Amino acid sequence: VLYMIKWMSLIIVFVCGSFFSICFLVMACNENDCSSFTSKIIKRVIALEGDIIKTIGYKKKYVKVPHGHIWVEGDHHGHSFDSNAFGPVSLGLLHARATHILWPPKRWQKLQPMLPPERKPLQREQE
Amino acid sequence: MFRNALGKTFRFLGYAVQYGCVAHCAFEYLGGIVVCSGPSMEPTIQNSDIVFSENLSRHFYSIRKGDIVIVKSPTDPKSNICKRVIGLEGDKVCTSNPSDFLKTHSFVPKGHVWLEGDNLRNSTDSRCYGPVPYGLIRGRICFKIWPLNDFGFLRASPNGHRFLDD
Repeated sequence: VLYMIKWMSLIIVFVCGSFFSICFLVMACNENDCSSFTSKIIKRVIALEGDIIKTIGYKKKYVKVPHGHIWVEGDHHGHSFDSNAFGPVSLGLLHARATHILWPPKRWQKLQPMLPPERKPLQREQE
Repeated sequence: MFRNALGKTFRFLGYAVQYGCVAHCAFEYLGGIVVCSGPSMEPTIQNSDIVFSENLSRHFYSIRKGDIVIVKSPTDPKSNICKRVIGLEGDKVCTSNPSDFLKTHSFVPKGHVWLEGDNLRNSTDSRCYGPVPYGLIRGRICFKIWPLNDFGFLRASPNGHRFLDD
């Protein structure tokens, strides 16, 4: 299924382990949509449950991601409708993981998991 | 003889895949039978009751205030919870307990619903974990199948005072 991306935030989805972030397609209600239907958004997973992170423009400066939730951000921070706007996202809303860019052909690539070093959590919960 | 058996096996597998796909679509988009457990929806739904839930309302966004819905748990994505919708987005809800003296209110944010169990004294619901995103709703419970002495459509909420009208 190909999704049309409308916003300036970058699309990336990754898999995770303890050193990488996981990004999934997150289904959330988008306030910019004219209709009231929920639409899907693509963001990078920055933190998993239990991690404490520093936020950019969120109502609380430091957030501990609650159990069963994740923290997602677009790569283009200034223009991204992500967790810095609506807070942690419940894992039940996760729809899929994006693994490759198919179109346009000059952008064919496998999406690599990559956590920007400045967005690393302050404290990771040990398993 | 062997080719006959092989042919029969492939035909069987073909039918199994087709029926599997139809069953999956039916459970995902139409509805299914659900066994409820827990005391949070008493007296409307008791422990081990069997109910029928339909998923069409969720796809057509026709979930109404007062509906009983099955929702993916916000704290544990692998389990489902069954609660009643007390408020839709934009509605005013009472966030304090009935026993509190000072009542606090808030508005349900866009794209969320406020859920409460009918058994207010023994239910972890939106009063505990806040408004729940609409995308977590799996289906709406239409009627009860078991026990047979309670067969039929589900009763209205016993907590009418929790629904705040504008």
